[in-house]
Amino acid sequence: MIVPVSYYLVLSAILFGLGVVAFVFKRNVITIFMSIELMLNAVNLAFVAFARAHNQLDGLVFVFFVIVVAAAEAAVGLAIVIMLARNRESLNVERVNLLKF
Amino acid sequence: MNLPLIVFFVFALLAVAGAVMVILAREPIHSALALVLVMISLAILYLLLGAEFIAAVQIIVYAGAIMVLFVFVIMLLNMGVEERTNFSKLAYVGVVGGFALLFEIAHWLFHSAAGAAVANGPAPAVAFSTVELSQLLFKSYLFPFEATSILILIAILGALVLARKEE
Amino acid sequence: MEFISQHPVLVVSIVKIAVLLFIVMTALAYLTWLERKVIAHIQSRWGPYYVGAHGLLQPLADGIKFLFKEDVTPSVSDRLVYTLAPFLALSLALTAIALIPFGPPSVTLLGQPVFVVSNIDIGLLFLFAITSMGVYGVALAGWSSNSKYPLMGGLRSSAQMISYEVSLTISVVGVLLLAGTLSFNGIIAGVHGQTGYWLHFIPKWNVFPQIVGFLCYLTAAIAETNRVPFDLPEAETELVAGFHTEYSSFKFAMFFMAEYANMITVSCLATILFLGGWLSPFPDTWKWPLFLPGIGLIALGIYCLIDTFTTMRGIARLQFAVVTLLCLGGGALCLIPAVAAVIQGVFWFTAKILAILFFYIWMRGTLPRFRYDQLMSFGWKLLLPVSLANLVATSAVVLYLLTKSPQ
Repeated sequence: MIVPVSYYLVLSAILFGLGVVAFVFKRNVITIFMSIELMLNAVNLAFVAFARAHNQLDGLVFVFFVIVVAAAEAAVGLAIVIMLARNRESLNVERVNLLKF
Repeated sequence: MNLPLIVFFVFALLAVAGAVMVILAREPIHSALALVLVMISLAILYLLLGAEFIAAVQIIVYAGAIMVLFVFVIMLLNMGVEERTNFSKLAYVGVVGGFALLFEIAHWLFHSAAGAAVANGPAPAVAFSTVELSQLLFKSYLFPFEATSILILIAILGALVLARKEE
Repeated sequence: MEFISQHPVLVVSIVKIAVLLFIVMTALAYLTWLERKVIAHIQSRWGPYYVGAHGLLQPLADGIKFLFKEDVTPSVSDRLVYTLAPFLALSLALTAIALIPFGPPSVTLLGQPVFVVSNIDIGLLFLFAITSMGVYGVALAGWSSNSKYPLMGGLRSSAQMISYEVSLTISVVGVLLLAGTLSFNGIIAGVHGQTGYWLHFIPKWNVFPQIVGFLCYLTAAIAETNRVPFDLPEAETELVAGFHTEYSSFKFAMFFMAEYANMITVSCLATILFLGGWLSPFPDTWKWPLFLPGIGLIALGIYCLIDTFTTMRGIARLQFAVVTLLCLGGGALCLIPAVAAVIQGVFWFTAKILAILFFYIWMRGTLPRFRYDQLMSFGWKLLLPVSLANLVATSAVVLYLLTKSPQ
């Protein structure tokens, strides 16, 4: 028992919190996307830590799927960002407010 | 103070520093590079936990492909630095609440019996075997595996259609 | 001395890393010499001839030039990224060499295998991880140079690298299906490794059952390292010098070294996966192949001796006499049976790497380059389907053999 698993869980919670803060406070669309990836990474760390704690490989399988889904989501999301940048000429989310009442 | 603990603290600090840099950087390319640093530190932490295959997949797929995609898009849409603008002050309340929640979780993990049972379970330092992982992936979880391959196909088609220039 | 006996892993590792770093840097320098000589002879001229005897001191002269040249830094958009990119490229390229076994793990010093710096169970996957990070060096260099030629060169080059990386990885999976393990030692000498002979004289190297995979791998590797015929992003007539236009002196030297180190890494990987690594093509029962390194070095020494006394003049004669003495001395050393047994694996590994590097240089001297759209369509529409077909065919054959004789 060298590094307690709880240390990893606290680190994962800190990274997730920082991801949420970045999501809330930044205005560049691409940076918001990167904060989503940061949150997904934090969750991956929690899964691997729990896989270690219970000595089962199912956590690792889930991490694999999370990484694959994050890749698919990043591809489609960045395509949408490129379209957005072409139409609105800016990457500021506050400019994307056509549906605002 | 053994070597794994030192390695853990070094790379945990690097990961948190990278995450803070993602928030504080003025140019999006610096945020992207800080996020790559976070991912590499996390890959090393996975190695410390014994998940070698997942560490390699994290570097190949996440740091080596997804973040390259991010860096490409940032370079192509060279839209400069972020401007200052006003945002809702309610967000500060949310951040304070979030940190309070984090403190509560850490307190529960470290100082209660149930938390200790969950978190400090037996952890012999034997690496996870790639052979067993692949058996699990291709036997018990075969349907999700094939489903994610279709998902990636859909994502490729979607990205191609969305990003095409209108003639 | 007790320190050495109490921490054998640490001491032997440090010695191995130092020796390997020295050898790799020298090999990089002399690879540039070899390239210039071979391309020159393909083009019916001499190449470097005057700087040392037969141009052998040319890499030293180039190194001194790179160190003392003025470091011109343009008005870059981002100084940190501009300085970081060449360091990143070189350090990643040199890290990949640490995973490669240059000889059999049975040769040990203080209980640690001598010929491999780190022996990981999933070594192949880690090597791919390191090469996939190599895209960053190119992309960041192109972007931070704040100029349109490097930007276009960098973007094109990194797009080419990530496209061919997919085919590179898939063409290797056929070998993994045959070998059943991801570790290098397992692929060479493991349970389903490459030891043994078919028909008593054809060595069981993976190039014979996986010839399509080998050709796909070589093509993808040439594209991955940005060499001719895939070097449009850094060709002089097209994009000045591509992503490293705005770099000068030492930083340019780092990119240069990183490109050659990548070439060496990819050749080492081809040797391990397809050509049997450090295994000798001759059966172990024959005793005479043990003396091949010695005989080869002595033959080279005799050629140098003849050349010293016929064509060399003046100080070149002295330099070449030194080279002759080194060759003859090394040859005599390798003829001692104890030394020959140890050197055997490294000799065959180096011979195979040199063959593949010669092939690389030969391609550079012979073929014209692809246009960029031809390059991308070749990578996605031809190479990727061929590697996938190779994978499907290999897995079908392996499945059939498994069901026929369950083991």
